[in-house]
Amino acid sequence: MDWVGTIVQGLLLGGFYALYGIGLSLIFGVMRLVNLAHGDLIVCAAYLSLVLIEVSGLPPLLTLAIVIPVMFGLGVLLQRGVLNRVLGLGPMPPLLITFGISIIIQNGLLLAFTADTQRLPAGSLETASVPVGGWATVGVLPLLNMAIAILAIIGLQQFMGRTDLGRAFRATSDDPTTAELMGIDSKRIYGLAMGASLALIAVAGILLGMRTTFGPSDGPARLIYAFEAVIIGGLGSLWGTLAGGLLLGVAQSVGAALNPGWFQLAGHILALLVLAIRPTGLFARTRDL
Amino acid sequence: MSMLVVDSIEVFYGEFQALFGVSLEVAEGETVAIIGANGAGKTTLLRTIAGVLRPRSGQVQYRGMRIDGRPAYAVTRLGIAMVPEGRKIFPSLSVRENLLIGRQSGRKGPWTLERVFDLFPVLRERADFPGIDLSGGQQQMLAIGRALMSNPDLILMDEISLGLAPVVVRELYETVQAITRTGTTVVIVEQDVTRSLQVADRVYCLLEGEVSLSGRPTDLSREQISLAYFGV
Repeated sequence: MDWVGTIVQGLLLGGFYALYGIGLSLIFGVMRLVNLAHGDLIVCAAYLSLVLIEVSGLPPLLTLAIVIPVMFGLGVLLQRGVLNRVLGLGPMPPLLITFGISIIIQNGLLLAFTADTQRLPAGSLETASVPVGGWATVGVLPLLNMAIAILAIIGLQQFMGRTDLGRAFRATSDDPTTAELMGIDSKRIYGLAMGASLALIAVAGILLGMRTTFGPSDGPARLIYAFEAVIIGGLGSLWGTLAGGLLLGVAQSVGAALNPGWFQLAGHILALLVLAIRPTGLFARTRDL
Repeated sequence: MSMLVVDSIEVFYGEFQALFGVSLEVAEGETVAIIGANGAGKTTLLRTIAGVLRPRSGQVQYRGMRIDGRPAYAVTRLGIAMVPEGRKIFPSLSVRENLLIGRQSGRKGPWTLERVFDLFPVLRERADFPGIDLSGGQQQMLAIGRALMSNPDLILMDEISLGLAPVVVRELYETVQAITRTGTTVVIVEQDVTRSLQVADRVYCLLEGEVSLSGRPTDLSREQISLAYFGV
């Protein structure tokens, strides 16, 4: 068995999970909201790209230019129109609402696109790969995704650390009541955070859609991968989430290499082990907890 | 005309009524102290002015504008800054970043990072430390500096002496006087009566959610204040 290849594939797969996880963790970090529709929104972005491709004939990568702003806008609307109304009423209302949105998206997609699995036609990009050091070849798409995940983390860190708006995000995350006393409109911050989260997962949704198939009911599995990336990496640490995503990908990939049926199982076992042994995650910044 | 008018407000926490028809006026440039025992409603009054709480009836007016019912961030942007009880330093932000958050009010004015550092040199020395690693007194300076960074016309200060050593409190109050000398209007809530009477032009005493006494400190006798404060 080619272990190096298996691990490299796992790492690249993990790059997608990392991007899912970063989106999830951004939302949780800023407003302590668990978005149960996260996975379905990822799938939604892929379908949006599919429609654009069919209508306009654009190549999938170019649809990003439209899907990213649309998902950002959808996030802002979702937050400001719906979720902001129930923040501060305890954890249950947002959970129920996002659970409801998840069901609506799944059934809406089923109605519009049937249960058939789809794939974004990426032409030669689908299989394009580059040799690495003469001992492995890696796909261009997952490499691109990984690069985007790393750039997203660096970008988010610079944004959070160096801009007034980024500091407002952190202050709101620390203490929304006091942040409001400083002139920060926390509802606006929450809207922007949800927009940014959906913009990030739009990228992952489309890139993964170019690489593997997707269907209307794939959302919950992606939500779980996003959760597991965050759990393994630890809350409050973006690099931790990246590492968590990569470890999850490797676990799945190694599991699948041992036995094709162990793909998901291996990932879940890793997440459960981390929860049991180090519940704060491997790279948590304890200060935030 | 008064800068701030609080007109017979009633404030509730659920079914519990905390303020019973409280009225108060603050003129531009004045320093007003609100004193009273624990639970008298001082913090509730400040938080209502700041827009954190909404009165069930009555009004809050600032420069002739009705501001009750506006969200806290909008009140801050009008030029009312708060130094909250317990300081409420943002734990994940450095000292410098905590101060920079004050700029979120979007107001221009004389207060800059440099000027706040000149007022509190110790904050400059520790600018890159996490805000919550400072001592209690330094955190209080940070909270005051953060409020100044929003270039307010009116600052609400809630129990700035709480839990601090007398020498630190004296230092803080010297700063408060320096701030009032710049023409900034200050409303200060205190349990430390002596200290607040020293800096205040006028004083309101709250007792069980009602104004029990108001006037100039020089016009009030110790007995009057004691009666208004304790109710006995």
